[in-house]
Amino acid sequence: MADKITKVSIIISKGGLDGVYPGLILANGARMEGIEANLFFTFFGQDAITKKRMGKIKVATVGNPGMHMASLLGVLPGMSAMATSMMKKTMEKLDIPPVPEYIEMISDAGCKLYACKMTVDMFKLKKEDFCPQVDSIITVGKFYELAAGGEIIFT
Amino acid sequence: MAQKQYGTAIVEVDAEGFMSDFSQWTREVAAAIAREEGIAELTPVHWKVIDYIQRDFRENGQVPSIRKLNKSGVIGTKELYALFPGGPAKKAAKIAGMKKPEGCV
Repeated sequence: MADKITKVSIIISKGGLDGVYPGLILANGARMEGIEANLFFTFFGQDAITKKRMGKIKVATVGNPGMHMASLLGVLPGMSAMATSMMKKTMEKLDIPPVPEYIEMISDAGCKLYACKMTVDMFKLKKEDFCPQVDSIITVGKFYELAAGGEIIFT
Repeated sequence: MAQKQYGTAIVEVDAEGFMSDFSQWTREVAAAIAREEGIAELTPVHWKVIDYIQRDFRENGQVPSIRKLNKSGVIGTKELYALFPGGPAKKAAKIAGMKKPEGCV
């Protein structure tokens, strides 16, 4: 096995801030190390590249055991908004950009972004619904073709 | 601590070749490190980035992130990647005589 990773293809399948950030950080970090990177957005992960949703992604406070709080509290009005605002402030301090800016930065860094064809069909989306950084809408088969010769990371 | 010779200058470096004593940094040393990193010649735009990194470090005590370089209007992310191919934040920091930047963004 090679001792250095030279290419990664990262799948972002989950929505919500805690669903999309890990993949974005991995992709950006790969480019920072000079590693070739692809990002493939599927299911609710596609919110991160959907124009009308990418700026409004929140942290889920219900059914999210990582929140360290009772789900019953999470259903209270404004809880998700509050958790989201707290998380965003913390991330800004750490110099982690908001999702739309991060997507632009990652694309500028040379990472290619793709949307999943099946999800697009399922949610009846069109290419125009995505931010301009999205290269194309591709099938699973095409994804494997693009990922050839590198590592695949599923998030 | 390892030493490295660049032209007539001998500088202290860490295991990955990052300078550990900034007082030994000169523009000639920078140009030599750049060549080692595959950048044949430092252009005025390279110098603009290097100067900003050093100034920001003096003022804030840390190497500025790619995001900060972009937001402060020093250089766009695309251009930065083109100028310092294969890992711009680390390469630019290395040439600027900084320690290896830590952090995930």
